[in-house]
Amino acid sequence: MATVIYEQRESDVPTARTDDGNLWLNLTDLAAATGWELKPEGVCRGELCVPIPPDDSASFVRDDAVNLSRFAKHLGQPVIHDAGHDVWVFGEAARPDTSPMLTAPDFTLPDLDGREHTLSDYRGRKVFLATWASW
Amino acid sequence: MVITVAMDTAGADAARPWIEAAKPAHPSLIDQCHTVATLYNMVNVPSAVWIDEEGRIVRPTEPAGTSEAWRIMDRTSFTMPPETLSAIGARRRAYTTAIHDWVANGNSSVHALAPADVARRAPGVSAEEALAYANFRMAVYLHCHGETAAAAPYFAEAKRLRPESWNFRRQAWSLEDPMKAGGQEFWAAVDELGDDRYYPEIEMAGLPDDPPPAKQ
Repeated sequence: MATVIYEQRESDVPTARTDDGNLWLNLTDLAAATGWELKPEGVCRGELCVPIPPDDSASFVRDDAVNLSRFAKHLGQPVIHDAGHDVWVFGEAARPDTSPMLTAPDFTLPDLDGREHTLSDYRGRKVFLATWASW
Repeated sequence: MVITVAMDTAGADAARPWIEAAKPAHPSLIDQCHTVATLYNMVNVPSAVWIDEEGRIVRPTEPAGTSEAWRIMDRTSFTMPPETLSAIGARRRAYTTAIHDWVANGNSSVHALAPADVARRAPGVSAEEALAYANFRMAVYLHCHGETAAAAPYFAEAKRLRPESWNFRRQAWSLEDPMKAGGQEFWAAVDELGDDRYYPEIEMAGLPDDPPPAKQ
């Protein structure tokens, strides 16, 4: 069974298919594991739609499944597959100097009691975000 | 408000003694996968980002009021002479004063940067750097599932792609042996820095100078 780590999400996907170094997900699994959905205008998440290159569409979509590896590379995301454990990591995409990060990327993390906190829940207040480690 | 994030792949139990001793009133979060470091392109601790009420970054990732002076620490007793402690304290106080200035004056504070300055100080992430984080993420997943040997090559690749990441190096060392992240390997790597900095310089008005200490 494939484990898919897509940005901050981690999912086990029993129905995933691997073919020639590519990971194919059906549309239900795709939405659950990544938030992306196949629509007539392309592959969409929220208001963002990424058109599928028409001259290469068969390498992206086939038989109601999406080639997540191909799509991730199209978005500039790093893709790593550990074949021994069938784990796929789709990392945060590279970002050119010309598109600076001006808005704080959101995240959700637990505290010691397991209670989850989401950065954007604190909008309306200034946030001093600081990291540390026990090591 | 303050939000602290512990970069600890060993999980809540690794961070717990410090958090319980500090009894913070602010959210004190545990980040096993170093998600915040990945999102904000951080390579060391402590790193900080200032975020305004609208969710805009007004100071991108920078060391949180650090000093280089600790590098002269006695490596067996972990003690430092009073003048070193005083230099570290002066930097920390100046940085804290700047935070208070921002809290009081908002984006008119001299320390809150305009978008063009934020952009200049926070360059993009190259394909190689993004790949380093992905390798680290794979290593963390495998490690957390008991696959220590399988994780090792991914930790190694992350460190190779991003040699400036002390987060990668020290986290990987600490998973091999909790004492290793501050042990001989660590000090040897610090010595290799020579006249180079351990933390990048913080560009902030009012911070005392902080040259790397002369070689011991």
